Amino acid sequence: MVMGELTQETELLVIGGGPGGYAAAFRAADLGMDVTLVDISPRPGGVCLFKGCIPSKTLLHLAELITDASRAHRMGLRFPPPEIDLETLRAHKDRVIDQLAGGLVTLGDGRGIQRIQGRAVFESENQVRLHDAEVSRIRFRHAVLAVGSHPAPVPGMPYRKGGKIMNSTGALAFSEIPKTLLVLGGGYVGLELGSVYAAFGSRVTLVESRDRLLSGIDADLVRPLQNRLEKRFAAICLNTTARILREDKDGVTVRLETEKEGREEKFDSVLAAVGRKPNTSGIGLENTRVKTDARGFVVVDSRQRTSDSRILAVGDVTGGMMLAHKASYEGKIAAEVIAGQPSAFDAAAVPAVVYTDPQIACCGLSEETAHREDRNVEILRFPWKFSGRALTMDRFDGLTKLIVDPETGRILGGGITGRESESLIAEIVLAVEMGALAQDIGLSIHPHPTLSETEMEAAEIFTGSAIHILPRRKP
Amino acid sequence: MARPFKLPDLGEGIHEGEVIAVLVAAGDTVTEGDPILEVETDKAAVEIPSPFTGKILEVRVKPGQIVKVGDVLMTFSNGKEETTSDEPPSPPPAAEPPADAGTAPPLEETPPTAPVPASPATRRLARELGVDLRRVSPTGPGGVVTAEDVRGHAEKGSEKSAAVSAPASPEPAAAGSAPPPLPDFSRWGPVERTPLRSIRRVTTRQMALAWSQIPHVSSQDEIDVTRLEEARRRYKTEVESSGGRLTLTVFAVKAAAAALRRFPRFNVSVDLARGEIIRKKYCHIGVATDTGDGLVVPVVRNADCKSMTELAVEIEDLVERTRARKIRLEELQGGTFTLTNIGASGGRGHFSPIINYPEAAILGLGQARPKPVVKTTGDGQWKVVPRLILPAVLAIDHRVLDGVDAVRFLEFFRQMMEDPEKLLLSA
Repeated sequence: MVMGELTQETELLVIGGGPGGYAAAFRAADLGMDVTLVDISPRPGGVCLFKGCIPSKTLLHLAELITDASRAHRMGLRFPPPEIDLETLRAHKDRVIDQLAGGLVTLGDGRGIQRIQGRAVFESENQVRLHDAEVSRIRFRHAVLAVGSHPAPVPGMPYRKGGKIMNSTGALAFSEIPKTLLVLGGGYVGLELGSVYAAFGSRVTLVESRDRLLSGIDADLVRPLQNRLEKRFAAICLNTTARILREDKDGVTVRLETEKEGREEKFDSVLAAVGRKPNTSGIGLENTRVKTDARGFVVVDSRQRTSDSRILAVGDVTGGMMLAHKASYEGKIAAEVIAGQPSAFDAAAVPAVVYTDPQIACCGLSEETAHREDRNVEILRFPWKFSGRALTMDRFDGLTKLIVDPETGRILGGGITGRESESLIAEIVLAVEMGALAQDIGLSIHPHPTLSETEMEAAEIFTGSAIHILPRRKP
Repeated sequence: MARPFKLPDLGEGIHEGEVIAVLVAAGDTVTEGDPILEVETDKAAVEIPSPFTGKILEVRVKPGQIVKVGDVLMTFSNGKEETTSDEPPSPPPAAEPPADAGTAPPLEETPPTAPVPASPATRRLARELGVDLRRVSPTGPGGVVTAEDVRGHAEKGSEKSAAVSAPASPEPAAAGSAPPPLPDFSRWGPVERTPLRSIRRVTTRQMALAWSQIPHVSSQDEIDVTRLEEARRRYKTEVESSGGRLTLTVFAVKAAAAALRRFPRFNVSVDLARGEIIRKKYCHIGVATDTGDGLVVPVVRNADCKSMTELAVEIEDLVERTRARKIRLEELQGGTFTLTNIGASGGRGHFSPIINYPEAAILGLGQARPKPVVKTTGDGQWKVVPRLILPAVLAIDHRVLDGVDAVRFLEFFRQMMEDPEKLLLSA
């Protein structure tokens, strides 16, 4: 590449190489477009691959192993406490990331996509300036904005690399296992990372300002998880806020306050997981007609189009459910829309998974939303204590729940708490999307003994044909 | 926390009504199922039961008020709502629409309604073909729109879309262009305006629909009911002791039911959208009744399976309750054929009745009166004799029936009515 002032032309410029960006880029290339993908990292993958989904699930898998090994004790298999070799662990994590990133490079190169490392700033509605890049400017016919989000900062708590106050990125670097850890935030990030550190030996205190954990998920799905975490964490403090008082070489002193009282406590480390903010400042949007809302998210329609006709946006930067699979789904829509296809975001159920132990997965209409909107629904609950498979795994603290239309039995939503719910939820997503009825799931043979049977039996509660649970008394 | 109670969908395109009576007050405690309101719709007075057990916080309506489906009628305090309420089926329910959980508001937005259940591939197909899923008649289980439904709809073209599916407007699919605006009648003298309400309103709608959709052909005849009247007088008292009233209408319903059994082609509806004739295997006959406020048609179910006495009792009961405006909505639905007897009100001659859409035919009767009739004597001479003559007219939907069908039906009906023993044998 020749250095100097160089303006390239491209048909489609994708800014951001995370799950939203690379999905858009790959799909667009498959549809015959000339694509350029710009990312601040040398390889695509985004936060998901490097600082999010992948490292966290790698660690969570190991946390599960530790937990399972210690529980095996009462089943006749005694393991001594594990010897933790952090260096090897980190190397393993990096290998996983490296392999996937390499795979994405191959997939991109194989499609003839031009990848450029750099930071893009809009100069106008059809041109970006690239910083720290081999190319200075790119003029584009269309653009897909997929620049993602970053962990929300907490006032008075600056994140510093190597400091004792970390965000999710720092936590996933896994440089050490603190003896005591304060986790701020009772959402999925705080719970997942808190679980990891607890499994590896930290005494974890979790603080949440609201009166419940995972406030967007039905309380009955959260309860089994909360029961378990209350035993594994040192403390879960709801209705509590935290203020950093000071940070010194042997820890962070924090003031924890509820409505009634406050106390000071010192922790080795603090992990703040209080939400994520869109990366929309400093990228030159003011030079385009792209509009953002009050919180900085890019405003798009159901075809991922912004207020600027040339620019589409996908993923975390558009807000909504800030999940990788939503970003990828949107990325594909954006590519298809630009290619002139009649694609649109019309997913009836976007699933979400909390990778704690037990896991929680849900999709579609929740019971609490139905209640709030005054919608008539029927709730079908199958507790895992009646599941043969769950008992063979010694994991009977689970629940499969379907939310259905009371007249037709159509599946409107569902939630599953328990091991493997990450995979089990897909059946419910499909059911919702297909407009399937409880009867359809009930009449589909599910293998025995499996956890998926709980979905079949929950559905059969509606038709009154469930075998492993007593029938409801009809009112 | 106040739980609102909204006027539920009462079915059959009825989307508003007038509050006749409020049976509870704020502060009352009610049990689920207790009647709390009486609402009059276009056809019938409906009692609305309480959906909750609990205390009433606020009553928001009063007698005389017009309420629409979805309006809040009253609020309850934190009642435990049973999921098995007797609310009729709600419109096609679906999962959360895509713009949920704090998504940035989209730019141009199609009006938000509950998403139509259809698989992702079908939704995409609809987009490709430019079909609005909300206008497609679903044939999948539980109301799912299938790919075939979408393709079928696209082929029929958009002019059919007005004739099908769920959020149906009550206005009939007008065959021609809109009529020109009316002149200002007060130019020529004083006028008074009254809103079209209740029975009158639905009749306006229904008649315009039937007349514009159905090519009517009427056939007339004169039926000699001298012997039928003798039989009627003979058995009248006996039937009365069973609680019924043996009228000419009862005989006519029986004869019509027999005729429908004999000529099932009259017991149909035509489905133009799908190009099919729907033959009903049941025989429910509507008896047009003047209520004083307009025409209402209660239905005698399975008229072909009932004895004369049973019919006499049932028709008497239906007509009485219809006149008293106590008839239930379900009793006005499901008819396959209608009988309209204006003779009961004194109408003397033939008239041209309008078919009760979506049925295929209607039988009209006038008043039976003595008339001179020419009879041929044993030796071939003509003789004029007085007989009791009933004028009858049969109107058919010429899309599914032809003149010769009308001739045969009417001939059969006439024979049943002229010879009561034949009628009893055919039952």
